[in-house]
Amino acid sequence: MADEEKKEQPYLLEMLNITKEFPGVKALDGVKLQVAPGSVHALMGENGAGKSTLMKCLFGIYCKDAGQILYQGKEVNFQNPKEALDAGISMVHQELNQVLERSVMENIFLGRFPTKFGIIDDKAMYTRSKEIFDDLGINVDPKRKIGDLSVSQRQMIEIAKAVSYDSKILIFDEPTSSLSEKEVEDLFVIINKLRERGLGMVYISHKMDEIFRISDDITIMRDGKWVFTGKAKDMNMDQIISLMVGRPMTNRFPEKTHKPTGEVVLKVENLSGEYQPTVIDASFELRAGEILGISGLVGARRTELVETIFGLRKRKSGRIFYKGKELTINKPLQAIKNDFALLTEERRANGIFADLSVVFNSTIAHLDAYSKFGVLNEAKMKKDTQWVIDSMAVKTPSQRQQIGNLSGGNQQKVIIGRWLLNEPEVLMMDEPTRGIDVGAKYEIYKLIDELAARGKAVIFISSEMPELLGVADRIMVMSNGHVAGIVNTAETNQEEMMRLSAKYL
Amino acid sequence: MLTKGNIKRTMLNYAIYLIMLVMIIVIIAIEPSFLSLTQVSNILAQSSSRIIIALGVGGIIILGGTDLAAGRMVGMSAVITASLLQSVESSLRIYKDMPRLPVIVPILLAMVVCGVFSLIHGFFVAKLKVAPFIASLGIQQVVYGLFSIYFQNANGAAPIGSLDPAFTTFAQKNFFIGGENGFRLPLIVLYAALFTLLTWFIWNKTKIGKNMYAIGGNTESATVCGVNIVAGILIIYTIAGLYYGFAGALEAARTGSVTNALGEGYQMDAIAACVVGGVSMRGGIGKVSGVVTGVIMFQIINYGMNYIGVNPYLQYVVKGVIILIAVSIDTQKYLKKK
Repeated sequence: MADEEKKEQPYLLEMLNITKEFPGVKALDGVKLQVAPGSVHALMGENGAGKSTLMKCLFGIYCKDAGQILYQGKEVNFQNPKEALDAGISMVHQELNQVLERSVMENIFLGRFPTKFGIIDDKAMYTRSKEIFDDLGINVDPKRKIGDLSVSQRQMIEIAKAVSYDSKILIFDEPTSSLSEKEVEDLFVIINKLRERGLGMVYISHKMDEIFRISDDITIMRDGKWVFTGKAKDMNMDQIISLMVGRPMTNRFPEKTHKPTGEVVLKVENLSGEYQPTVIDASFELRAGEILGISGLVGARRTELVETIFGLRKRKSGRIFYKGKELTINKPLQAIKNDFALLTEERRANGIFADLSVVFNSTIAHLDAYSKFGVLNEAKMKKDTQWVIDSMAVKTPSQRQQIGNLSGGNQQKVIIGRWLLNEPEVLMMDEPTRGIDVGAKYEIYKLIDELAARGKAVIFISSEMPELLGVADRIMVMSNGHVAGIVNTAETNQEEMMRLSAKYL
Repeated sequence: MLTKGNIKRTMLNYAIYLIMLVMIIVIIAIEPSFLSLTQVSNILAQSSSRIIIALGVGGIIILGGTDLAAGRMVGMSAVITASLLQSVESSLRIYKDMPRLPVIVPILLAMVVCGVFSLIHGFFVAKLKVAPFIASLGIQQVVYGLFSIYFQNANGAAPIGSLDPAFTTFAQKNFFIGGENGFRLPLIVLYAALFTLLTWFIWNKTKIGKNMYAIGGNTESATVCGVNIVAGILIIYTIAGLYYGFAGALEAARTGSVTNALGEGYQMDAIAACVVGGVSMRGGIGKVSGVVTGVIMFQIINYGMNYIGVNPYLQYVVKGVIILIAVSIDTQKYLKKK
């Protein structure tokens, strides 16, 4: 069948029968992916389905065990990402790897600076960057320091960089996971431009509405296997979800079982942080059994708000009351002792211990419960870890597996489990579903609801408005460090939230 | 399952041991008498204080730091204990009017002094955020200067000798397994075994150990998890100091004659042994068994090269190459993960 298709339409990139085995796991098993020129090909699948592994095989980061990669009709075997890049295959990473202290143009031309008599030619670099930017409609001064830009701008720079390499194939790995809705629009404008120019793009994402808007073809993977490839316009969301999870899924959000009617457990008054960027004069209340969503654009400083409450950032002024009693939280340990928990946004940076085991990662925030005179009760630690693995449905070969070897979604589940072991009363979750597949997202929504039903107070930060509308009782919209408004989920809509998001810009 | 990746990984994990094993076999092939129980006890005895030092340094490396001051700490302890534990009959005694001290008192004193200096060292790293390498460079100079002044004032520049027999016995005593001509087990080996067990317990079974791995593995994550970073670092540095103190006393008693040069360069052997034993310089990774194996392997090669009469300068080259290979392998292991 694949052969017939090939005759009809010359693909730009074909990955056929790709197989890759890791110790104990068959990560890829005969996967195929065929990208046509001038198209966006969505690659979908649950976490651990093998999407990232497939891409790593393409770029030579992993060495495939079997299979064939054809690029412009010729077989290729890249040994490293640089070779792929030189051949015209680029990737815009989920986590941007840029030299933050250097300028935009230096980042674009890193490794191949234009020179004149051996001296770097800044002028040429500037002109060429500017040309590409104007061409793509990116409004950034190439001389600015890249660290001063927003995430979405930095992502645009990555795309511009790919274009500057004259890439024919561009791969996006969860490009919108940290973008606000407005920024997603900007990204799509550029993607559409590139499509018109005949580039082939692979778009890895979990966001259904985006997939339908932007993609031409969809390939779905499940458990390391190729499952389905088809035209996006012939499919609907339920079909895709059932192909991804292998079972039909009717509701995206679980039914609410909790009632936000408890006493006020957390009261924040005029909270401001000491160091920029910071939250400014934030006030809100949170009841037991309530889920408070926090919405906002990138740069709204939602993360800064919860980190200030949790004692990770220095507080300048304002007061925090827990069950009517004023708290002084200067470091996370004090927050934890007062029954707070914080699931951080950047999993790799300040969530996991990548080189250490699942047991270690599950129990590290909870050591006091296992220690008697400083000596740890390992049986209890193992039992709790097993609870984390079972109740979160973590896919891991054993408790002693290094967490860094698990997929992103499974890492996230372990970290959520870590905090649940502490039995927190106030649970703050910063983008808990980022980069997580649909099935796991549903589990997390359900979990949040259950926690609220058990009387816990939950703060749920998300950049996906439908998710907040589906799960939260009230939504606090932040704008440029300020609380722009708190709305009841039942009485609001995305338009109102967007308007509030822009209030202090 | 033996796949290509699998074999490569296993090779990476054990390559350094394999290389050293081959070297040992070569040494034995050249001089078969090297393979004897006498040599085993010699090597174990020589490894003992090095194991204790390496375990101290190992903890600091797991924290993500390094300790260049370890050797001078050992020297400081050796000078303190030796100066306070000279034989009462000796005419060379420095403190002539001092009563005879129980051996344990100066040893504890030296351990406390080293512990305090190491605590101060840790303070610079934990609280003032000085890069560990630089902090240890500074502490090394300060410690060396201070105890050399003490040494100079106490005994001119002459080595401190004529140690109390009770003190030398403390390190030089032997047990014989299977009669007078049987296997000689030096008492000092038992101290090393004791510290090995203690360290294994601390690293694996206590909160202190878990916090150490957490801080070295990812300081940011550790902060979020409520780990007290400053306290965690201070404790590990202090423990290391206590270890150096005890090792210094052993070295003084073992050699029987001490100058302020004792301990010079010991930290290099300790760091090398840790690296060879799989303690990652990136922090967060390392096992007690690795450190101990690293020290013993290194010592066998050291001793073996002397035994077969390798040019001493060539010995430096060999040891240097082993270190470079070990670090390269360590780096490769973690490069692969990306």
